[in-house]
Amino acid sequence: MSSKQTDIVLSVRDLRIVLDPSGIDIDDDVSFAIHQGEVLGLVGESASGKTTAATSLLAYQRRGAKVAGGHVDIDGADVLSASRMALRRIRGGLISYVPQDASAALNPALRIGDQLMEILNEHSFGSSSADRAARLKQMMAEVLLPSDRAFLRRYPHQLSGGQQQRVAIAMAMANRPKLIVLDEPTTALDVTTQAHVLDTVRDLTRSYGVSALYVTHDLAVVACLADRIAVMYAGRLVEIGRKEELFTGAYHPYTRRLLGAIPDITGERALHGIPGWAPRPGQRVKGCAFTPRCDWRIDKCATEFPPYEGPDSDHQVRCWRWQEVKAQSPAGDAPLRVKVDDVCSTVEKTVVNVQDVTAFYQSKEILHGVGANLCEHRCLALVGESGSGKTTLARCIAGLHQFKITGTIELGGKALARESRGRTRDQRQAIQYIFQSPYSSLNPRKTIRQLLAQPIDIFFKLDRDEREERMVKVLDQVALDASLLNRYPEQLSGGERQRIAIARALAAEPTVLICDEVTSWLDVSVQAAIIELLAQLQLETGVSMLFVTHNLALIRSVAQEVAVMNDGRIVELGLVDAVLEDPQADYTKALLADTPTLPAECRI
Amino acid sequence: MSRGSDAGLDPLQPLGTLEPLESLEAVPLVARGRREWVQTIIGAWSLRRTKIGLSMFLALFAVAVFGRFVAPYAPTEFVGPPFSLPAPSYWLGTDFLGRDVLTRVLYGGLSVFVLGIAATVIGIVLGVSLGLVSGYARRWADESIMRMLDVVLAFPSIVLAMLFVSILGPRLWLIVLMVGISHMPRIARVTRAATVELVARDFVRAAAAVGVPRRKILLYEVLPNISSPLLVEFGLRLTYSIIMIAALSFIGFGMQPPAADWGLMINENRIAITIQPWAVVAPVVLIGALTISTNLMADGLARAMMGIDRDTAVT
Repeated sequence: MSSKQTDIVLSVRDLRIVLDPSGIDIDDDVSFAIHQGEVLGLVGESASGKTTAATSLLAYQRRGAKVAGGHVDIDGADVLSASRMALRRIRGGLISYVPQDASAALNPALRIGDQLMEILNEHSFGSSSADRAARLKQMMAEVLLPSDRAFLRRYPHQLSGGQQQRVAIAMAMANRPKLIVLDEPTTALDVTTQAHVLDTVRDLTRSYGVSALYVTHDLAVVACLADRIAVMYAGRLVEIGRKEELFTGAYHPYTRRLLGAIPDITGERALHGIPGWAPRPGQRVKGCAFTPRCDWRIDKCATEFPPYEGPDSDHQVRCWRWQEVKAQSPAGDAPLRVKVDDVCSTVEKTVVNVQDVTAFYQSKEILHGVGANLCEHRCLALVGESGSGKTTLARCIAGLHQFKITGTIELGGKALARESRGRTRDQRQAIQYIFQSPYSSLNPRKTIRQLLAQPIDIFFKLDRDEREERMVKVLDQVALDASLLNRYPEQLSGGERQRIAIARALAAEPTVLICDEVTSWLDVSVQAAIIELLAQLQLETGVSMLFVTHNLALIRSVAQEVAVMNDGRIVELGLVDAVLEDPQADYTKALLADTPTLPAECRI
Repeated sequence: MSRGSDAGLDPLQPLGTLEPLESLEAVPLVARGRREWVQTIIGAWSLRRTKIGLSMFLALFAVAVFGRFVAPYAPTEFVGPPFSLPAPSYWLGTDFLGRDVLTRVLYGGLSVFVLGIAATVIGIVLGVSLGLVSGYARRWADESIMRMLDVVLAFPSIVLAMLFVSILGPRLWLIVLMVGISHMPRIARVTRAATVELVARDFVRAAAAVGVPRRKILLYEVLPNISSPLLVEFGLRLTYSIIMIAALSFIGFGMQPPAADWGLMINENRIAITIQPWAVVAPVVLIGALTISTNLMADGLARAMMGIDRDTAVT
């Protein structure tokens, strides 16, 4: 990629965006440029200000935010000072936007053909309506959708999630813009669909020389797509550089830690979380906001934010010690994991035995004769896309499935009742369930003490002191301080809440721990920390674990066995290493190929 | 569509569920008044309408409770000719039997308050219990409870009360019960709607999974989370209770003569409204002021709960 000034399509200088009345900064000092035909990945954790920065390129701020300074130039047009009329031409003409959730962004009352035609009409594309109709057909072909009348007459709800996102991309590409802003367009999609959408975006930008800004929280997603990557933390750009350089040796400690937190499907690299969590606007410290979580911090970090520095104009980093960081080669250590030689099959070691289980949702059959074994001291990962029945199976085992189940689920050789109420106290104690969202699994009206007391009071007869002791112990197991006992869940961060949920499960001293997508609501760095914790807990307590996830890359770090599910069936069952290295089922192969991973091995 | 119960990271995570705005160090260790209804009350208090409503209510309550100690006469004492206009010895004139209107006004509020509050409490207790059970049980239990309540709802509440009172006679407990029952369906609906939404949350499942009994789930997991809408409902229902109690007294099914009661007074003295209006106007104004005050309070609570008027500057 050349860095001549002439081929710069977008340049952002010193962009500062604040919350309106309070003046708290969401973004500050953001500067970057995008060249002709280049894809820039903008990566950051939640609340890092990446979406706010991205929508500002279109001179749009969500309610309560406003631009407090800076310049955005697209192809010579100053966007931030443009008049309303000029903006109408710029948006959708020079620059366009692909939203996070196409299902919410498309108008549900308009046929997709009409919606696509609207943007062409609005910008008076071509010279006649025949031109526009031809362009419409072409657009649909570009995003690999049929352009027949029947398809164009469909309403958004009649399309799949992937198709909706393609329509949104087609809409963004309609007037052949210079730059397209993609705001996490695949976050709501399954990996397979995500892979297809990413392919489409890549092809379009390559074929038509369109530049793109791809906003995402997941570095692995942009690993194949982007030419350069910009990393944001707490509203500031901390590093921007060529993809290869960033992945092989980033100069900013945060970028390095972030890369270490991305699950590795090859299992060669250990997963490391970053302690703490990213500060939200208003709670950011003076100086470099990463200081409290940084291993490299010096006194200067807490008082002064470092300037943009770097080897050349395409690779810039904002860290006082970037040269020292650069000098140290990235560490890669072996993962902490129990290696096992064989799939467990002996009856005496089986803890949970699932045989021929068929489950219904209302009258619809959603699990079809599923069978699996969970062994002592093992972790079985249950992998599949949404709708594959993995959560249903986990809930059946936990006694949380509301509808009809046939087949048998045994715990230690004894058949379990369908609902947890029908089970004995010992059975309920033995199986503990951790829910997907820590925002909904903890009663907001209870203190952490009350939350932890619930399982303890039900399963054990303890006096006050013993109970308190037990609580402190389980909090210690999940690396939380006992001072949290008097807090309410809303006073904790997402990662801390999930730790509380884990602590609550541990307080019952279970033999089986069911983790249902426990990291899907968390940031990458926090996810890694939770996975580390679970792997360590399994090692220490010897609890059997059922780890439900949609992310194949995660399972190496925590599980020994894996069951791949699709459409309510288990399509492949085996040891993690064997399945990931030599998948047998076609579905597993496809899933593996579609899972984004680092370092990028792009399939083009 | 890929958005199911087990979709990946939800991009539409509601703002309220995001991480706390304060850093942990800034949050005091001792929990603040985090109970929702306490917060609602604090929020409501910041609104002027709530302050006005509450002061009016307290003033009227003081009149109803302590008024009798400053009343110049006994409530059934004859002090002058019937329907006398106000004079120095009877400031608001006399009623149809020649009793002092001021005295009877000072005595006549307590029954309105006591019966109104009692009826509301009965309505809340019955409605909330049915609503909780209905919202949690769903399926046939839900259906039968809600359809039964629809039947109650189908009767105009005053007709329902009159029906039972005319059969069993004008007993106070019956009036209170009937007014309470007439509130029950609406309160149950509000409760049920809030419960259904909460029961879908994972913390209720989590409690069920470890074997917390249903009764405890409803009382300790669900109820604290719906305290705010119930508080608002209480304020609103109190207004209706007062109106209904007064109305029942007015048509002769409530307090019986010779008791002093605002509703009853309006009825007794309305024939002479043109010659001695004070005997009617005084209780009318007081009942009107009371319902306005409770309504203002309920409105303030509702606004505080829903975040209207609240400073929404944060994020």
